Amino acid sequence: MARNEAYMSEHIVTAFTDELEHLSANLLRMGGLAEAMINDASRAVVTYDLELARQVIKRDKSIDELEAEAEKAIIRLIALRHPMAADLRAVLGAMKLAGDIERIGDLCKNIGKRCLELTGDENRAAVKGIERMSRAVSHQLQMALDAYLRQDVDAAIRVLELDDDIDDHYMSFFRETLTYMMEDPRQIGSNTHLMFMAKNLERIGDHATNIAKAVYYMVTGETATGDHVEARLKQSGGAG
Amino acid sequence: MDGNVEDFTETRPKQAHTMSEMIKVDCRNIDVFYGDKQAIYDISLAIQDRAVTSFIGPSGCGKSTFLRCINRMNDTIETAKVSGQIYMDGADINDHSIDPVLLRSRVGMVFQKPNPFPKSIYDNIAYGPRIHGLASGKQELDEVVESALRKAGLWDEVKDRLQAPGTSLSGGQQQRLCIARAIAVSPEVILMDEPCSALDPIATARIEELIDELRERYCIVIVTHSMQQAARVSQRTAFFHLGKLIEYGDTEQIFTNPVDSKTQDYITGRYG
Repeated sequence: MARNEAYMSEHIVTAFTDELEHLSANLLRMGGLAEAMINDASRAVVTYDLELARQVIKRDKSIDELEAEAEKAIIRLIALRHPMAADLRAVLGAMKLAGDIERIGDLCKNIGKRCLELTGDENRAAVKGIERMSRAVSHQLQMALDAYLRQDVDAAIRVLELDDDIDDHYMSFFRETLTYMMEDPRQIGSNTHLMFMAKNLERIGDHATNIAKAVYYMVTGETATGDHVEARLKQSGGAG
Repeated sequence: MDGNVEDFTETRPKQAHTMSEMIKVDCRNIDVFYGDKQAIYDISLAIQDRAVTSFIGPSGCGKSTFLRCINRMNDTIETAKVSGQIYMDGADINDHSIDPVLLRSRVGMVFQKPNPFPKSIYDNIAYGPRIHGLASGKQELDEVVESALRKAGLWDEVKDRLQAPGTSLSGGQQQRLCIARAIAVSPEVILMDEPCSALDPIATARIEELIDELRERYCIVIVTHSMQQAARVSQRTAFFHLGKLIEYGDTEQIFTNPVDSKTQDYITGRYG
C-alpha cells in the first residue's frame, strides 16, 4: 500500500525516523510481554502452578515501566518534532496502544492473583474453558500487534471481527460455569474465581480490539466505525 | 481513495470536500510564464471570503507567484505572462476595464519584510486613503488612521507618537503598521507573503492573533513556509509543488489526513 510505504519512508531529519521506530519497537516489546503474560497466566491456572502465577504478577511491573517510557517518548516527540499527518496519527495511535497494553498487563496480573486463591481441584471442564478462551484472546492480541507492525488495515479489520467470537466464548463459559455451581454448591467459590478470570480475558479481547481500531485510524485517518469498516470491506471485496 | 494516491501527475488537485461557503476569489486555469519558463501550470482554485487560506509548498513551487496574480503584481514584471481568469465577486480582474491601481486598493498586500514608508507612523497609514480620496478633511483622516491602527492592534502602542517615523518601531510593530496601512484603504482581500518570517515568536503570535481577528471582515490569503503557522491560522490550505496545485482542502484534513502522498511527504518532513 502506498500509504504504508510513506509511513515507513525516511524523514529528512533522521533522528525523527529513529525516534518513531524506537517507539514502535518499544510498543511491540510491551505487546510481546503482554501476550506471554496471557499464556503464562492461563498455564498457571491449568497446571495449578502457583510459582508461575507469582511470576506473572511480578511481570506486570515491567509493562508499567515500558508504558511510562513510551509515554515520555511520545510527549517528547509531540513537543520537539511536531508530528503531522501520518506521523501525528502514528504518535497518537502509539499513545492508545501503550494504554491498552498496560491494561492487558493489569488484567493478567489479576488472573495471576486469582490463581493464588484456587485450590487445584477445580472443575476440569471449567479450567479447560479458561484455556480455550485465553488461547483465542492471545491469538487476537497477536494479530492486532501484527497489524500494527505491518500497518495492515485489512488485518486490523479481521481482529475487529474476532471480537464477537471472544464474547461468545465468554457467554458460553458463563452459562457452563453456572450449571456447575448449581450442580455442586461447594464449587461456587472456585468457579466464581474462574468466572472473573474469564471476564478478565474478555476485557483483554476488548483491548486487543482497541489496538486494531488504533491501527485502522493510523493507516486510514478515519475512525473505525461500523460504516467505515463496512465500506472498506466492500471495497476490498470482503476480508476474512 | 488509496487507489489514486500515487497519481499526482493529473492537473486536477485532490479536494477532499466540496466548498459550499461563499467564494471571494475564483481562479480558473491560471498559467504563468516568466519568459520561456512556466512557473504555474493550469491552477484552478476558489478562495473563500471571511476565511484564511494558506498556500504552502517548497521554495520555488509557485505559491508566491500565484499569490501575486491575485492583485496583478505580476503585471509589473515585464517578462511575466499570466493567462486564465481570476474572478473577484464575479468580475474578471484581468479585464481591460479594470484599473490595476484600484484593484490593488481592493486587494491589499503585506510582504515578508516590513516595509514602512520613510514617513511618520501617521502618514504611513494616511497615504493610501489620501490618494484614493477615501477621507475628506483632517478629522475624517484622523479617524481612518485610528481605526486602521486599532484593527491592527497597534493603536495603544503608538497613539502617543504618531509623528515618529514608522521605521522607529520594532520589527513586529512595523509589520502590524504595514497591515494597518493595508487595512486603511478598506480592502476586501488581504494577501500576505511570509508576513512573519522576519519576526520573533512573540511578534509572530501577535500577527497570527491579528490575522484571526481580521478574518471576520476580510478574505485573507497567506503564503508561509511554516507549516505550523498554516495549521494555526488558516481554515483552508493549498499545497503547491513544482508550479502545480497538488491538494487543496480544509486545514484540519490536510494536516491530519492528506489525500495525496506528495502532500503527506512534504508536511511530515520527508520531501527533499
